[in-house]
Amino acid sequence: MINASLKQLSQALAAKRISSIELTQLYLDRIARLNPALNAFVTVDPEKSLKMARAADARIAAASGAKPAGPLTGIPIAQKDIFCAEGWRTTCGSRMLANFISPYDATVIQKMHAEAGLVSLGKTNMDEFAMGSSNETSFFGPVRNPWDQQRVPGGSSGGSAAAVAARLAPAATGTDTGGSIRQPAALCNLTGLKPTYGVVSRYGMIAFASSLDQGGPMARSAEDCALLLNSMAGFDERDSTSLDRPLEDYARELEKPLTGLRIGLPKEFFGAGCDAGVMAAVQAAIDEYRKLGATTVEVSLPNSHLSVPAYYVIAPAEASSNLSRFDGVRYGYRAPEYGNLDDMYMKSRAQGFGAEVKRRILIGTYVLSHGYYDAYYLQAQRIRRLIANDFVEAFKSCDVIMGPTSPTTAFKLGEKAADPVQMYLSDIYTIAVNLAGLPGMSIPCGFAGGLPVGLQLIGNYFAEAQLLNMAHRYQQVSDWHQRSPAGID
Amino acid sequence: MSLTLEQVQRIAHLARIETSESEAITTQGHLNGIFQLIEQMQAVDTLGVEPMAHAQEVSQRLREDIVSEGDRRAAYQAVAPEIEAGLYLVPKVIE
Repeated sequence: MINASLKQLSQALAAKRISSIELTQLYLDRIARLNPALNAFVTVDPEKSLKMARAADARIAAASGAKPAGPLTGIPIAQKDIFCAEGWRTTCGSRMLANFISPYDATVIQKMHAEAGLVSLGKTNMDEFAMGSSNETSFFGPVRNPWDQQRVPGGSSGGSAAAVAARLAPAATGTDTGGSIRQPAALCNLTGLKPTYGVVSRYGMIAFASSLDQGGPMARSAEDCALLLNSMAGFDERDSTSLDRPLEDYARELEKPLTGLRIGLPKEFFGAGCDAGVMAAVQAAIDEYRKLGATTVEVSLPNSHLSVPAYYVIAPAEASSNLSRFDGVRYGYRAPEYGNLDDMYMKSRAQGFGAEVKRRILIGTYVLSHGYYDAYYLQAQRIRRLIANDFVEAFKSCDVIMGPTSPTTAFKLGEKAADPVQMYLSDIYTIAVNLAGLPGMSIPCGFAGGLPVGLQLIGNYFAEAQLLNMAHRYQQVSDWHQRSPAGID
Repeated sequence: MSLTLEQVQRIAHLARIETSESEAITTQGHLNGIFQLIEQMQAVDTLGVEPMAHAQEVSQRLREDIVSEGDRRAAYQAVAPEIEAGLYLVPKVIE
């Protein structure tokens, strides 16, 4: 059962071969048994989960041929703890929100729970305010990679990735500002999709860098991701950057043949800087795509080396503005002792935020300050334009771009924690996609030294269905995505 | 470019984050490492390039100026550190 696809679970639930209560209990038991070692979940509330499962079972029982229950009704899911969920503790991995019980639902939560009938198993650990690539910046401690518990699961959606990899949940939500869905998916052998900016509502998704943040699914196959994205996407008037577009069925093109598809291989992604084992797995996957009828063409993203520098101006600038709301007045942490109002702000923020969050707030404050704005912030925005234009140019000669998701496999806990810059370079292939606002995926494509390797697929704007089609066709002829870590049965 | 300790302390103050001198020294090292990375941008000639603030070229939507949300004041205030009579309590700012 723990290796069943969402479609199979859906059929089992609809045929009443299993109830949502039974399925939810099965996963809650697994969480109770395996989570203490992995630390993938920070909040589990069996009573709440089972209540949702009971409601889902009632929906399934009331369904009829004319009025069927939605395809995901009764399926349990893990929610990244960045999504506000009414009545649930929502921490964003921070001491600042360690006791915050959300008074409202994020749109994604509302859609997945109330509309789609998914059952929440709990909230997953993450890098504090999604700032990190290893899940080591969480106030609640690091998450361990189920493939090797001495290694990181990636980040910032590391708890979601570890939860699905260890079969503590059939699927999970993540968010991706610079690679936070794709990089942990790669490091934990999952399929993860970051949609085009504006496709999934950001309402109630705690803001890190608002012009880059985007929620998306993390699961064990492209088919699962397509079904989940169907439940997450859609226009939301409560998000001022949500795009008002017709609803799509993201699973509609899954079976389409890949004959004639042109894959662009950016020469910048295939040079030095990537581990040989990762590169070998990526090249083998590309060969498989050639067998599936696709052709490859070399393309260039000449400014991609500037994506990390530009990102570490733009994202901290937006973060310093977004996180100014945490002042110890309306919600969140307040220092126990303080003098005047200013002192209360200074102490609450000093005690409530961790080191990486503070660093990024300081970078952002500096680059936005008088005298430095043009040299840093505006220059970064101009480079962002050059990076986006590179993709426009590249997509003139190809339909989709491929390369590695991350330059290495999962690294050891503590290995990069002391050097922020080394950590930042873990996202060297993913960040440009966020800057341009394009959709990107990571899919399992092999192993190097016993650890999973991710293949990144980058599509043109709104090409989610096409990316899912490409991923699905590959998953029909490969079994990397079906492998599970040893010792998690 | 390299930030001085005084600059780090000034930024920390602007960001309203209390920082001890020893913390500021550690932070100074980290920030200078990060700015070394960021400085790569300065080698690029971007004259005439339109800054890109956003991924989608769309204008802000406007909505009708009507009440669209119910009164949830009590629920939202329930998560505040300190309230009284519907007000948020902070240290005295006017003597």
